[in-house]
Amino acid sequence: MAVAALPFTEEQIKRYSRHIILPQIGGKGQRKLLQSRVLLVGAGGLGSPSALYLAAAGVGKLGIVDFDVVDLSNLQRQVLHHGHDVGRPKVVSAADTIADINPDVQVVKHQVRLSSENIMDIISDYDVVVDGCDNFPTRYLVNDACVMGKRPNVHGSIFLFEGQATVFLPGQGCYRCLYPEPPPPGMVPSCQEAGVLGVLPGIVGLIQAVETVKIVLGIGRSLTNRLLLFDALAMEFRQVRLKRNPNCPVCGDNPTVTHLIDYEEFCGLPHRDHADGA
Amino acid sequence: MKVRLFAQQREQAGWTEREVEVPEGSMVADLVASLGQDYPTIASAARHLVTAVNAEYVGTDTALHAGDEVALIPPVSGGLRSW
Repeated sequence: MAVAALPFTEEQIKRYSRHIILPQIGGKGQRKLLQSRVLLVGAGGLGSPSALYLAAAGVGKLGIVDFDVVDLSNLQRQVLHHGHDVGRPKVVSAADTIADINPDVQVVKHQVRLSSENIMDIISDYDVVVDGCDNFPTRYLVNDACVMGKRPNVHGSIFLFEGQATVFLPGQGCYRCLYPEPPPPGMVPSCQEAGVLGVLPGIVGLIQAVETVKIVLGIGRSLTNRLLLFDALAMEFRQVRLKRNPNCPVCGDNPTVTHLIDYEEFCGLPHRDHADGA
Repeated sequence: MKVRLFAQQREQAGWTEREVEVPEGSMVADLVASLGQDYPTIASAARHLVTAVNAEYVGTDTALHAGDEVALIPPVSGGLRSW
């Protein structure tokens, strides 16, 4: 969506001065941020730090997808939400926090469960999707939708004291290149069962935020085609080089996944292709 | 060659890095199968692993050589529901 270059207000010049004086950003880059549209899938452990910093950076339109309400146990890591938000929808809590940080940011609250029915419409309004999902069905749905909708997918995930991050750019691989199918139920413990170091999604979420800013600004070397592995206990970062898998079911040369899939998480069946009318 | 485990594989096996012997020229799939005999959690996750050799994601039909470093990286998610 091309927008004429609007002059900054005096307040914006002050607010973003630390960006504007950087040669790699400047007024031109700050305008790109203010014109950008980023969708955060999940306003939880990963989405919270992302939301805070992307709002502070002046991302003009921040969509937030989350169907949940704030729970006391969230507050150990989901820093977008505060004590008085317990019981409130996360998207409402998020919008309030962001409004306090930066009124330049338009927050769009998507208080919905993502499904094959709504996701393509939702992502069509955004330039970049930031995947902070807390479950595999949604992760795969977001991945497939980003491939089909040609949207960059900034991926982050966590377990105990470890994190993973990468960027999937259109045409350059996707989550199914790595993991063609969702793991069966029971294979991957959740935060609720296994616990998680609160600070961990903070770090991984911020890595996602940096990568998102880099995409919007067109600067630096993207994490695309690199899987960043973080071990908080050892304080070690490792990288694995990735490539698009030509046999990938969704982004490969002969895709077998051509419609979005709503995985049935509760009964352990691999998938039912609703969009095909089955 | 060195094998490094991540996330729930590391958690369940109880170790992070180990020297493992397989015949020169074995495939990554052979290594995973061999580890799977000692670690059922690796066996059951065999189809759900990113297998990287010397920091590069490769297919399980890739041949291994002495001195290679192999990483087995499972999918992780976090979150509320068990998956």
